[in-house]
Amino acid sequence: MSNADNRSSKGPETTGHVWDGDLQEYNNPVPAWWTWAFYGTIIFALIYWLLYPTWPIGKSFTKGMFNEITFVNGKGEEVTTHWNMRALFLKEMQTGEQAVKQKEYLEKISQSSHAEIMQDPDKMAFVNSMAKVLFADNCGPCHGKGANGVIGLYPNLRDDDWLWGGTIEEIEHTIKNGRNGYMPSFAGVFPKEKLESVAAYVLSLSGIGGEDKAKVEEGKRIFNGEEGGCYYCHGKDGKGMKSQGSANLTDKVWTIANVPGAATYEEKLAEVEKVIVDGVSREMPAWKGRLSDDTIKLLTVYIHQLGGGQ
Amino acid sequence: MNTQSASTTRVPIYPRSVKGNFRRFKNTILVIAYLVYYGLPWLPWERAVGPDRAVLFDIVGRKFYFFGLVVQPQQIFWLAGLLMIAALLLFFVTGVAGRVFCGYFCFQTLWSDLFFKIEHWVQGERPARIRLARQAWNAEKIRKIGLTWLLWFLVAFWTAITFTLYWGDATDLLRRFFTGDAPSAMYITVIVLTFTTFTMAGLAREQVCTHMCPYSRFQAAMFDKDTKLVAYDTRRGEGVKGRAKMKKGLKTADERHEAGIGDCIDCGYCVQVCPTGIDIRNGLQISCIHCGLCIDACNNIMDSLGWERGLIRYSSETEDEGGKVKIFKLKSVGYALSIIAVTAVLVWSISHKAELETAITQTRQPLYVVLSDGSILNSYEIKLANQTTEARHYAITMRGLDDATLDTGGFDHVALKPLKTLRLMVKVKRPDRSGNDKKVDDFEFVVHDDDQGKDVAVIPARFYSP
Repeated sequence: MSNADNRSSKGPETTGHVWDGDLQEYNNPVPAWWTWAFYGTIIFALIYWLLYPTWPIGKSFTKGMFNEITFVNGKGEEVTTHWNMRALFLKEMQTGEQAVKQKEYLEKISQSSHAEIMQDPDKMAFVNSMAKVLFADNCGPCHGKGANGVIGLYPNLRDDDWLWGGTIEEIEHTIKNGRNGYMPSFAGVFPKEKLESVAAYVLSLSGIGGEDKAKVEEGKRIFNGEEGGCYYCHGKDGKGMKSQGSANLTDKVWTIANVPGAATYEEKLAEVEKVIVDGVSREMPAWKGRLSDDTIKLLTVYIHQLGGGQ
Repeated sequence: MNTQSASTTRVPIYPRSVKGNFRRFKNTILVIAYLVYYGLPWLPWERAVGPDRAVLFDIVGRKFYFFGLVVQPQQIFWLAGLLMIAALLLFFVTGVAGRVFCGYFCFQTLWSDLFFKIEHWVQGERPARIRLARQAWNAEKIRKIGLTWLLWFLVAFWTAITFTLYWGDATDLLRRFFTGDAPSAMYITVIVLTFTTFTMAGLAREQVCTHMCPYSRFQAAMFDKDTKLVAYDTRRGEGVKGRAKMKKGLKTADERHEAGIGDCIDCGYCVQVCPTGIDIRNGLQISCIHCGLCIDACNNIMDSLGWERGLIRYSSETEDEGGKVKIFKLKSVGYALSIIAVTAVLVWSISHKAELETAITQTRQPLYVVLSDGSILNSYEIKLANQTTEARHYAITMRGLDDATLDTGGFDHVALKPLKTLRLMVKVKRPDRSGNDKKVDDFEFVVHDDDQGKDVAVIPARFYSP
């Protein structure tokens, strides 16, 4: 049997315990700095408990001390709460360095006319960066983040074909008050042949097909006559009316019928017929009251310069 | 090799002060380094735009002012160049002359040195400090240790403050710091750096070099037979029968040589002056930072004995074997050439800094828009960044698409203030392209500097058709 003292004097330090005569355990304590670092974390936690919200107590929790946050809430009241990320964020958005800078710019935008904004590259750069986000948040869900819309559902705002007008005033009016795009359904009104004739005439207006002269002529007669009555809204020349939001049928832009997406003439006809039969009922909500005047101003200028502002 | 175990209790080190060439050299570096570090944030500088400080790192404004140079984030690769030069220089110097960086230039060495000096000034020379450390806590000990720690703290605090002053206007930041108005980042940085400076330079000291710093671990890989290192001349010091103290019958050089005893009188001075507490006579070791103080110590002893200097000296393995050191060899010349190459590229890049930085992003959602007359529209966001410190006027035109028209939204000519960036939305329109198979066309935007009457940037772009 070996002697514990002898062994430890030769090899590494042991805990001094001996089992079964010779079974020993090396003594490898953690380094002192490690122990102190561990105590340090305990002290850190104690201080943290004191300063920040931590312990749950029933349905409440300890609120922490000495670091209340004061911010202005949605009703314009000054609120002081215990420390929390939400309040910190709100405060940062109100008094933070970048927030103050943004406010300065918003102030400038607020005091400038649309024309003044559009003549100042610096203000336009601000419009482009801020309104891009505003547009994606508020308009993007329908019109798409890039404003390219969805054919048949939501208009593309990047082209120069404006159902309700593309001037600054008209765009602002559209955003503020919303729009109701309506075309009655002609289901059951025409027999199949007449429907095809009207569709052929509509396509011919923008230079598609039109070889079957007789058919186009018949379509034109229905379009401009009391039988179809299309001209009430689309006009005798088919150029549409901004007051009605009726589409200009003579240009290359299609907002409802997916004519560009159809491969053959027959498919294009079918697309147009479908719109005549189904009619159109679209609504753009009014944003007045939901968005501030400055936000609407930013969006107006942004949308105006996207594609074909007039 | 010193095979000191990590779990061994640390033996406190009380280095004795020493005079000599290396000490003088270290003092000079100390003074210069501290003048630069503590003084630089206060150095005034006149420039057309920007702060009136010579060196300022403006994080919020994303501009780094360095004397006549204004560095913007686009030039971040200059930092890579600087780091490469620093690394190569380290390899080069280490290959030729050992741990020069550790011994003379490392901030751990510099700050420890300063803290040693404070300790020495308050508590006295090595024996006095050892006595003080051993004696029980009494008024004298409290007063002296307290004063030392207070001074250390002040130095550490000012070191931390100085670091933060590089990131803003020094006067303004300092005033805001003491009025409680400074950003929390400054307070946190000051607390952290005060703590680390105090602990690392005052308390941890040589442990940083031996246990924390990775450089001491891989330094040996950069040494070769020709590397000049602080080394003890074993052959001369130990003779045939080893070293011996000065005692009767072994007092003169002749007596000692006759008895086969070496020139080392085992006075221990070299060990006492060592800031890492090692014995250089044990040969090359990880803890040695090659500061040369033991050379000073030994030379002083040799001078007083009237013997030849250099028992401890900078020497290489080749020299020890009687050979001649080769400085021009593949490794050193290779590093030197690399340093020159990187420096040349960096200098060229800085001196040829573009006056105008540009970037372009094409609108991808949608890539193109069909307009009412069938023409195709592509949109682009062009970023112009005036890199000069003068106001400039730019004109944007395009070339490469004959049938296209450019719409800059009325900003054909834009004015850009010094160091300002502007983003412009521009649109390019081409007539109906149905029947054309080519879906993508390359073209260029050209930016013309109206003030200088020349084109300053060509931006390649692409036009997409359905």
